[in-house]
Order: sequence, then C-alpha cells, then structure tokens
Amino acid sequence: MSKKHKMADEDYPTTGHEWDGIREYDKPMPRWWLWTFFATIIFSLAYVIAYPAVPLIKGATPGLLGYSSRAQLQRSLDSVALENAEIEQLLLATPLENIAKNPSLVRYASAGGGAVFRTYCAQCHGAGAQGATGYPNLQDDDWLWGGDLAALEQTIQHGIRSDADEDTRYSEMPKFGEFLEEAQIEQLVEYLRQISGQDYLAETSANAEVLFADNCAACHGQNGEGNHEQGAPNLKDALWLYGGDRDALRHSIANARFGVMPAWNTRITPAQIRQVTFYVHQLGGGE
Amino acid sequence: MDVLKIVFFAFVALIAAMAASFGLDQAYILHALIIMAVAFYLFLRAVRQFGEPAPVVGTGYQDDVVRAGVIATAFWGVVGFLVGVFIAFQLAFPALNFDLPFTTFGRVRPLHTSAVIFAFGGNALIATSFYIVQRTCAARLWGGNLSWFVFWGYQLFIVLAATGYLLGATQSKEYAEPEWYVDIWLTLVWVAYLAVFMGTIIKRKEPHIYVANWFFLSFIVTVAMLHLVNNLSLPVSIYGSKSVQLFSGVQDALTQWWYGHNAVGFFLTSGFLGMMYYFVPKQTGKPVFSYKLSIIHFWSLTFMYIWAGPHHLHYTALPDWAQTLGMVFSLMLWMPSWGGMINGLMTLNGAWDKLRTDPVLRMMVISLAFYGMSTFEGPLMSIKVVNSLSHYTDWTIGHVHSGALGWNGMITFGALYFLVPKLWHRERLYSDTMVSWHFWLATIGIVFYAASMWVTGIMEGLMWREVDAQGFLVNSFADTVSAKFPMYVVRGLGGVMYLAGAIIMCVNLWLTATGARRDTPHAAMAIAAE
Repeated sequence: MSKKHKMADEDYPTTGHEWDGIREYDKPMPRWWLWTFFATIIFSLAYVIAYPAVPLIKGATPGLLGYSSRAQLQRSLDSVALENAEIEQLLLATPLENIAKNPSLVRYASAGGGAVFRTYCAQCHGAGAQGATGYPNLQDDDWLWGGDLAALEQTIQHGIRSDADEDTRYSEMPKFGEFLEEAQIEQLVEYLRQISGQDYLAETSANAEVLFADNCAACHGQNGEGNHEQGAPNLKDALWLYGGDRDALRHSIANARFGVMPAWNTRITPAQIRQVTFYVHQLGGGE
Repeated sequence: MDVLKIVFFAFVALIAAMAASFGLDQAYILHALIIMAVAFYLFLRAVRQFGEPAPVVGTGYQDDVVRAGVIATAFWGVVGFLVGVFIAFQLAFPALNFDLPFTTFGRVRPLHTSAVIFAFGGNALIATSFYIVQRTCAARLWGGNLSWFVFWGYQLFIVLAATGYLLGATQSKEYAEPEWYVDIWLTLVWVAYLAVFMGTIIKRKEPHIYVANWFFLSFIVTVAMLHLVNNLSLPVSIYGSKSVQLFSGVQDALTQWWYGHNAVGFFLTSGFLGMMYYFVPKQTGKPVFSYKLSIIHFWSLTFMYIWAGPHHLHYTALPDWAQTLGMVFSLMLWMPSWGGMINGLMTLNGAWDKLRTDPVLRMMVISLAFYGMSTFEGPLMSIKVVNSLSHYTDWTIGHVHSGALGWNGMITFGALYFLVPKLWHRERLYSDTMVSWHFWLATIGIVFYAASMWVTGIMEGLMWREVDAQGFLVNSFADTVSAKFPMYVVRGLGGVMYLAGAIIMCVNLWLTATGARRDTPHAAMAIAAE
C-alpha cells in the first residue's frame, strides 16, 4: 500500500463496463490478501521440498526430511514395544495362574487385555462384556466351555466352531425337530422351564423326564447341569444364551443353535491372547 | 417433425416397458416404470398437439423456467432439510430406523445429501444461472425449450436418484451414488445445460462476460468432467441397476475424492460464487469491490481446487506424495477462497447501514461470513496433524454443514427473496419480519449445529486416540458413541430450527407470489434505495 492519502470509494474509477446495472471498481487487491496468498505458496513450496511430493517415473521425490507415514507409525509402535519389552517377556514366561501374584503384570495384562477386548471382542460381547442374545455374557460365572484360565486361553486361541482352525472347540446339537414329535418338544420346553425355576405347565412336563434322559442328558447331564467338555450349556441356572421364553426354547430344541467364535491365534499375538485371557478371567466370573 | 416426436416417445415408452418386465431388481423396475409413464405422457401430449401450429417463440427474457426453478428449489430445500432432521435424530435415537430397509440411516443419508446438494443446490444454481446469464448478457436463453428440458430432465434425475437410494440401488460412492443409467441421463441433461448457458453467452449483447458467468461456466464444465470420470463403470446387466467400477482400490478412492472434493469446490463454491457476484451487488446497489481481485481469485481458485482432493485420504493407502500435494494445494486455496468473500463483503462499503434495514442483505452477508469461516476451516483441517484428529469424526460433519447451511443455504435464501418479487412482478416481499425470523432461526440453528459437532468431533477424536501409559487403547468405539448422545440431540434441534426457518420462507414467498401484502416498507429502506 502506498503512502499517499487513502482514496475514498468514489475516487476510484470503475472498469467502465456495466451489466444489468452492476459495475466493478478498478481497485487494487488488498495487500494483506496478496501477501498471505504468497506466504501460503512459499510455505507450500518449502513443504514440498521437505516432504515426499513430486511423482516421478518410479516413486516420488522423498523430501529432505525423509518422512514416510508408514515409518512414522512404525516408529511409534516400536517405541511402545521397546518400552514394554521387558514386561512383555515376563508376561510370556509367567504361567497364567501366577500373573495375579505380580502387581505390575496385573496392570500390564489387564490394561492390554482391555484394549484387545475393546478392539476385537466388544463387537459381539459388548463393550462391558455384558453379552447379547447369542453372545455369552463374560461377567457371570456361567461358562459354556469352562472359565478357568487355561480353558479361556484355549477358547480365545482356537475359537468355537471356527472353520479356520483344526483345534477349534467343536460340538453340534442335533436338530430335534427332525426326530421328535411336536408334542414331545412341547413337553421338553415345559420341563426346561421347570428345572430352571420358571413357571411351567405341570401336566405337560410331567412325563418329560424320560424324554430328557433319552435325548438331552448325554450332553447336558442327567440333571441338566451342562458339560464344559462339549460346550453344553447348563439348563438349570435360568441364564439363557438365546432366551428362556417358550418360543426361544422351542426354536433351540427343534432347530438347534450353532454359535461361532473366530480363532484369534492367527490374528493377535500370543502376548495379547494371554492379556485378554487374564482380562476376561478377572471380569468377575473366572473359575 | 410432429410424427417423429410421436414415434420417438412411443418407442421410448415401449423400451421402458420391456426393461420393466425384464428388470432384475426393484429399483430398476420402478425406474423403468417411471420412464415409461413419462414417455407415455409425452406421447399423449404430442398426439394431442398434432397438427397445431407451432407456438409463438417468446421474446424478452425467458423467466418461466426460472420461476419453475425457484419453486423446485424451495420445495426440494424443505424436503432435504426434513430428511436431514430425521437422520440427525436417527443417530441420537436409533429406534427411528424402524427396522425397515427403506428407512435405515444407510439409505436415507444419501437421500438427504443428494436432496440438499443436488436437488436444492442444483435447482438453485440452474434457476439463478438462467436468470443471471440473461440479465448480464442482455440476451434471451439460447435454445428455446432446451432450458425446459434441462429443468424437467434434472427433476427426473432427482426422482430416479432418490427412489433408487430407498430401494437400495447405489454405487456406494459418496455424492455420486446413482447407478449407471441415472448417470447417463444426468450427462445428457448436463450437456443440454452447458449448451443453453454457452449459447446464451455466445449471443450476448454485452461486450464483456460478467464475472458471475465465469464462475457458472467453470462450475458447469468442471462438474461435467468430474461426473464422467468418477462414474466410469460397467453395468452387470443391461436389465439391472448394479454396476462395477472401472477403478479399484486406492485408485478408486482417489478418483472418488477428486470428484467429491471438487463437487464441493465447483458445485458448492464456484457455482454459488456466481450467485453471490450477481445478488450482492444488486442488493447493495454498489459496484463490486475489485475487478482485479475477481480475476485473480477466480483463476487461482479454479486452478488449485482441482488438486486438493487427496486431503480426504490422509494416512490411508494413498502414497505420501499425493497426500502432501493434497495438503499444500488446500493450504494455498485459503486466500483464493477468501477473495470471493472479500469481494462480496467489501462491496458493502458505504452501504453497511443497509444491514439494519434490509434482512435480505443481512442473509447474504451472513452467508459470506459462514463462507469465510468454512473456507478457513477447510485448509486448517487439511493439515495432516489436524486431520489425524479430525478425520472420521463429527468435526467433518460440522465443517460441511457450516459451509452448506451457512454459505450455500443462506445465499440461496437471499437469492430466492430477491428473485420472487421480481419474477412474479410484485413490488416487494410479503413480509420483511418473516425474513428476519428466518434469518435468526437459521443462524442460531447453524450455531447449534456447528458448535455441537465441534465439541463432539474433537471429543471423539481425542477418545479414539487416548492410550494409557503403556500404549494401550482406553475407549471402545461404543464408548465414544454413547458419549456423543447429548450433542446429537443439540444438533438435531439446530436442524429443526433451520428447517422451521425454511418453512417460514416458503410461506413468505408463496404469499409474495400470490400478491398478498402485509407490513408497510420501512421508511429508511425507501430512502436507502434512493
């Protein structure tokens, strides 16, 4: 901006054109605007020199700083890994049952396990491990395949009915709708409601004990107490994975259920598996 | 000629009927039926008019199509805002998805974005560009009824796009969701639009082309190019809506965001700057602030916008060099964008007192203020470190809406308030008080919207990256979702206010057009207008 006296609007000429009554002043561009524009251009040129920017035949100019977003990420992962290297080794060397005896291991395993849980497990089991229909609650002490540390680790490593893993936990309940009469299924429904302490139709469930013994007891136990070896749920505790109302029970008996959990040993590290095992175990229901 | 028309429409109706019977999916069948109905109607019309003498070609400015465009703009605006309010509350209260495929967020969200950007914004651009190009060229629209083809063709595009979304036909490209045959139709309409606009400029009686027309022309040409390249795809079947993209992986992502960002750049910025360059000087009655500035900022904006798209893909599979270029071009865009704001605001020099008395001018000024704010926020968010916090969060949503509601919405409202009395030959608007109500409802609504999205966006970004001393993640995704609930309600309320303002506008415009009169003009206004 020159030093001369600031001109009033009316002193400026217009360009001399007029469109539908609109004219344009022939004023200079605001200096601050122009200088800021130049400043952004100069900054951008400097940035382009400093960072990867100009594409060439093969690859691009690397930039003076040698920056790469992958390297930046790797550095930050490496620095965390380095800081945690010692305790991670300790975690891998310590038997699962002994983690609880070392406070720093407890902190490391539960924080790390929590992070793993929130990233990979929460989608099905809920952010608070509260479960949902078809996805077990991990806070209670009702376990399908066992709730001690070794059993939990096995489940997390190999999953349940997971196609991808030969060592996966596997069992398959028959679809009793293919073998039993509808009336028999109704009897079993009432019987299950009886042994789980819900209201039931006494005359319907009266003769179901034999039916239960013949068809269900092999897996679910003589009294319906369940069996961890086969992932057969306890039927007496009134904790239902798929619901304990008559419709849900009828559906479970007639069509069976086939819950699947992926195997995690190919997707997360052994240390992470131990962490999340410990984390789930200490949620409250661990055996 | 008449015979040709009849045969052509009959042929189209027949083809559409065949397509409907062979159609493989709901959307395709419905669309074939819609096209059949339209072609059949045109066929009947052509038969009825057979042998009638050709209608007299009008003289003077062609304003009937602009009037239709104004009505369409107001209508689609309310529809788009209403759908927006609905999906805003869906995010706060998921039960509003109603467990129906047609009403889930995933299908209704593109309905909202397309309704506000393409139906509301697009109709506003077509209507105002037709109005402005005639006035500033002192020439009637070129091509006779071709402008009507553009108008109705564009409405058909909107209906096909919207019904397709609800029935699940989408190519899953943001702001480019319509499937292949809808894209082809839009291409035809767009070429006609370009022809009408260019034709009018070519036969202009003014020696020079006014700056508003530079912006409109860059908008029309660039959108054509963006649309063609981003929609390169191959239909799976000629009888189905599904198509497969030509590009894949990161190439597809980059093409998509080259398109997506320039839809913002050329549709929502250049096009609306064209509106601004006409209506602001008209409403103030003052010359445009600086011709030089308009040249420099036009060319720098046009040149730089087209490279800024990669900033949507920071820290992704996109190579670092492309991210760098996306960022620096976005930074350099800051001043070119602000050039339009300066030229608009400084045009008020010597007329600032009119803000007290003229609510329509107030609307245009606030739109420039929001334009300035969001074109500062954009470059800021394109800086990689800022983007690493803001990306994928609601901050982006807030940014888009302060631009869309504040800039595009308000300048369009200002234009509608300007146009309706002119187009329906009324002395003035029905009520200035209602304009003031609209102004305050919309402004406060935007503040609610933008502020709540800043808070929730930054909060969610911080929660996502929060790790403990040993580097472990602290929050699960569901934790961040539940933390956002109160802000989602505030955002929804902001939307309700904005919608309420738009409804007040529609009532006001309707009464103006039908000739009702209410409060007397301010004495001060009469003086200021000289």
